[in-house]
Amino acid sequence: MAKILVFTELHGSHVKGVTLEILGKLAGHTVDVAAIGTIPSEAIADLAKFGAANVHSLKGANLDKYSPEGYANALKGFISAGAYDYVFAGATSVGKDLLPRVATMFDAGMASEVTNFVMEGDKFAGTRPLFAGKCFAKVELTGPKPHFVTVRPNALGINANPTSGAASAKEDAVDAGAIRAMIKDIVKGASEKLDLTEANIIISGGRAMKDPANFKILDEMAEVIGATVGASRAAVDSGFAPHAMQVGQTGKTVAPSLYIACGISGAIQHLAGMRTSKVIVAINTDPDAPIFTKADYGIVGDLFTIVPIMTQEFKALLGK
Amino acid sequence: MNIFVCVKQVPDTETKIIPTADGSFIETNSIKWIMNPYDEYAVEQALLVQAANAGSTVTVVRVGSSKDTEALRTAMAMGADDAFLVEAPDNLDSYMIAKALKGAIEKSGKTPDLLLTGKQAIDDDCLQVPQILATMLNVPSVSVVVGYEGSATDITVKREVEGGAIEIYGVKLPAMIACNKGINTPRYASLPGIMKAKKKPLTTLSLADVGVTDADQRVKYSGFSLPPEKPAGKKFDATDAAKQAAVVKEVVGLLRTEAKVL
Ligand SMILES: Cc1cc2nc3c(=O)[nH]c(=O)nc-3n(C[C@H](O)[C@H](O)[C@H](O)COP(=O)(O)OP(=O)(O)OC[C@H]3O[C@@H](n4cnc5c(N)ncnc54)[C@H](O)[C@@H]3O)c2cc1C
Ligand SMILES: Nc1ncnc2c1ncn2[C@@H]1O[C@H](COP(=O)(O)O)[C@@H](O)[C@H]1O
Repeated sequence: MAKILVFTELHGSHVKGVTLEILGKLAGHTVDVAAIGTIPSEAIADLAKFGAANVHSLKGANLDKYSPEGYANALKGFISAGAYDYVFAGATSVGKDLLPRVATMFDAGMASEVTNFVMEGDKFAGTRPLFAGKCFAKVELTGPKPHFVTVRPNALGINANPTSGAASAKEDAVDAGAIRAMIKDIVKGASEKLDLTEANIIISGGRAMKDPANFKILDEMAEVIGATVGASRAAVDSGFAPHAMQVGQTGKTVAPSLYIACGISGAIQHLAGMRTSKVIVAINTDPDAPIFTKADYGIVGDLFTIVPIMTQEFKALLGK
Repeated sequence: MNIFVCVKQVPDTETKIIPTADGSFIETNSIKWIMNPYDEYAVEQALLVQAANAGSTVTVVRVGSSKDTEALRTAMAMGADDAFLVEAPDNLDSYMIAKALKGAIEKSGKTPDLLLTGKQAIDDDCLQVPQILATMLNVPSVSVVVGYEGSATDITVKREVEGGAIEIYGVKLPAMIACNKGINTPRYASLPGIMKAKKKPLTTLSLADVGVTDADQRVKYSGFSLPPEKPAGKKFDATDAAKQAAVVKEVVGLLRTEAKVL
């Protein structure tokens, strides 16, 4: 049997949702989980529910904050000691930055941001979007082990009937080694909400928003349905929203359950970033806007009147 | 300072992607190629650092097919001094690309003080090459960088993470920095710049020259296919003020009963 490790980040007293998605997908395999720092008991309970065998809290000096080198050195040492064949992580800011470094320390390969995968016996086979989701391909890994994989959040979904595991808590000493690029400070983002790439519902505004202040009608709706607000590039370039909010080929690639596009025409570069959303709603005054060809539900109308009505309807539906 | 910029040539973002009949890759014959959009920020950053550090050189390096050299010509038209092209298929994996880039940098005979890349290539969307190359060269690196300042020996960079939060790093050069939108505003290549670029040295190397063989393959792709087309959705007319409330009520209802997303 392949020896599998899932590396996770901690988010308050829990692990990231994508970690549980990966564990659920690996049901039937023996899978360990590791995080830098102390994994809290709530998180261990979640990991047990989704089948983790051993849960390793990795501890060492200079690991209180993320650093590419410190985390890579620490994880490299732990993976070597455990002789893992596969290492999975979520395609988060840390996962995307860290895993290629660790893979290279083993001269090994990595599959980036798969949206699905299977273990055929001991062999990994994944699916991933390329060319910003304009096509898909099968991805396999070859060459020296361990093999590394990052998984796009929200893509696998949560396994509704997971197999539970022992989740035996372990503590392991790791060495961060020499760190030449070190965090001096962290500036919090404007939004404390879930990041676009992890959000389950997204409401995006386009050029038609006309003014940054108008985004408040989207914020109000987002508040009601627990959504994160995004934007088209035209809205970002016009200064209505920061680049961190841009969805598309040169912004974030997102795959929420529900994507509501308000005053967005549906240019190919925007579609590239959101076309794998499960359900798409479009609000646009132009009945011929290309976004309607991708929308499950299209509303031809003025967003400035439709959005507030919709917010009220959501409130009524959700009893808020 | 010896400044190196890695630029990839990718299909224009408007390009319609068509998988080959055998699904081994995409049809590349009729594609219009452009410099990877994020790599424009890397070239611009190199030129800004060069301007601030007299006597510096900017070398651009690319791994890919020689059918079109648009990306390297654009970089030199913007102001880079010279270029290296490692001739290779356009579908090498990130490990092979990074190893070839490393080989080309070594062939240049210059030791890098600063390496710049884009944060992501918009064709394979891997976000791997900068981290792999930095690890191979044993230099520190920071990815998704939206701010850069500093001297010829020490820099401070801003890395964008989830929710628009910014991590501020202190980094000792030599280092690798992968640039995101926001770090600068790339200049346009001027007409004289384009003319001058034609006379700038472009050295072509083979994969064998840089020591990359089939044994370096780490990732295997197959079965390139188009995503399944969505069936046509439902469209509602809410241009008439009298109908708006009813239409919105219906759609919100469908999101719960039919789409089951609420
Ligand atoms: C290299 C490159 C990369 C790019 N990357 C991205 C990217 O990552 N993300 C991205 O989004 N774009 C990207 N673009 C830009 C893209 O081509 C489009 O220009 C952009 O998506 C358009 O944004 P928009 O839909 O908001 O604006 P527009 O295309 O101007 O559309 C505005 C829409 O609003 C509608 N409208 C107007 N008033 C109202 C109203 N009151 N109520 C309802 N609807 C209204 C109009 O009918 C129109 O359809 C990129 C382009 C290039 C060249
Ligand atoms: N074939 C290549 N030639 C030169 N630079 C590349 C190549 N592939 C990737 N890069 C650089 O690495 C960055 C990230 O690419 P990737 O890891 O493929 O997403 C790009 O923005 C380029 O700067």
